[in-house]
Amino acid sequence: MDVGIVSYGAYIPRYRIAPKEIGRVWGSDGEAMGKNLMIFSKSVPSPDEDVITISVAAARSMMKRTDVNPKDIGALYVGSESHPYAVKPTGTIVAEAIEASPEITVADYEFACKAGTAAIQTCMGLVGSGMVKYGVAIGADTSQGAPGDALEYSASAGGAAFLIGSDKIIAKLNLTYSYTTDTPDFWRREGQPYPSHGGRFTGEPAYFKHMTACALGTMKKAGTKPTDYKYAIFHQPNGKFPSRVAKQLGFTDEQIKTGLLTPYIGNTYSGAVPLGLSAVLDEAKPGDRIFAIAYGSGAGCDGFDITVTNEITNYKRENAPSVKFMIDNNKFIDYATYARYRGKIRMKEGGE
Amino acid sequence: MTVARFWRENSPRYNLKASKCGNCGKVSFPPRTVCPECHRKSIGKMQEFQLSGKGEVYSFSIVHDAPAQFQNQKPYIVAMIKLDEGIMVTGQVIDCELDKVEIGMRVWASFRKLGEEGPGGVIHYGYKFHPEL
Repeated sequence: MDVGIVSYGAYIPRYRIAPKEIGRVWGSDGEAMGKNLMIFSKSVPSPDEDVITISVAAARSMMKRTDVNPKDIGALYVGSESHPYAVKPTGTIVAEAIEASPEITVADYEFACKAGTAAIQTCMGLVGSGMVKYGVAIGADTSQGAPGDALEYSASAGGAAFLIGSDKIIAKLNLTYSYTTDTPDFWRREGQPYPSHGGRFTGEPAYFKHMTACALGTMKKAGTKPTDYKYAIFHQPNGKFPSRVAKQLGFTDEQIKTGLLTPYIGNTYSGAVPLGLSAVLDEAKPGDRIFAIAYGSGAGCDGFDITVTNEITNYKRENAPSVKFMIDNNKFIDYATYARYRGKIRMKEGGE
Repeated sequence: MTVARFWRENSPRYNLKASKCGNCGKVSFPPRTVCPECHRKSIGKMQEFQLSGKGEVYSFSIVHDAPAQFQNQKPYIVAMIKLDEGIMVTGQVIDCELDKVEIGMRVWASFRKLGEEGPGGVIHYGYKFHPEL
């Protein structure tokens, strides 16, 4: 049985802040920082947006593009490291909002930035085994960076949802391969508002080691080489890391440019590879082969080998906004507004 | 505000579920179990009715003096929205500049956080409206 993506939807909040503006407040050269990280702006959620609203917006766009009855969805997983509740699943609210409740299994996932792709893998297994007809996998985040920390230049918000099934698939998930080790490069302890990271340790022993191993493992399992792919999406904590790892593996700038969104919207964490894949599916044609590697700190990678099918020509992409539309539909704000929107200002009790 | 009171209306508030009288055809939102026009004639004939979430600004106000929970969002737009099915609802207009909102402006419903019962309390979600895309 072929298992693949039946539909997808994406969401990116409208507000943006530029690295130069963040640097201005903290006495740093934000422009140079942005240039170094290859980030020109990052998305900022409104005060009334969180992982639940982002997941619902993405899932509703996904449902607008397909005729699938929401009651046929048997599983829904939301991957995020910023679920609004510590206890009370994000997925229950999303399932209710797309009218997939109540005969559905739901759970929230967490694996730093790759929880959304872990959700895709779970749905692949459930659909492939015949346990459910359709599964929904969502990756979304409203990530936080401590004020003044390097992470503040990149941590942003956004997400994407995928309907996984075996009927009318627009993109076949040929195979998936994962590579996981115990590597403490980035973490957030229970109750802590901001994450901590190992600085330069997040590079070679963490991101690059796992991304390279997973990419090579995925291609070995698929029997492919970089030139077999039209598009490649690599996890993108900034613009620099995915560009460098792509080059090391033998992928070209042309292959990664469509799915590389961090320079414009920042690091959307669990939403990063799902959003990059959505941007690729926005323009992909039948027969196009897609390579995707997600990275989650802690640390692990999920690799995917995907082939776009003829069904994409009948698919109603126009029923929901494209990733490009949402990137262009923006409003820049200053640091004070950003601090207020992100709850970085301590309010009197009773305020938000 | 009790948890149960909000929970009871989650479905209409999340998905704009209305009711339609099987006797006279009147659409009510929030949904009713008895038609306000037909009364007992409607008993057993009330049907679920899905509102499109599309409509236009009938009237609006810009809130500068906000309740404590909305301090973080002020100034913001609150509007009466006339949905295409003729139903009038009240909601915030989001992702819209204050000088761009006008009577007759086309809007679509979106899903946002409406409020919360303190930092440790339940979070309420529901519809707001954004300019037509």
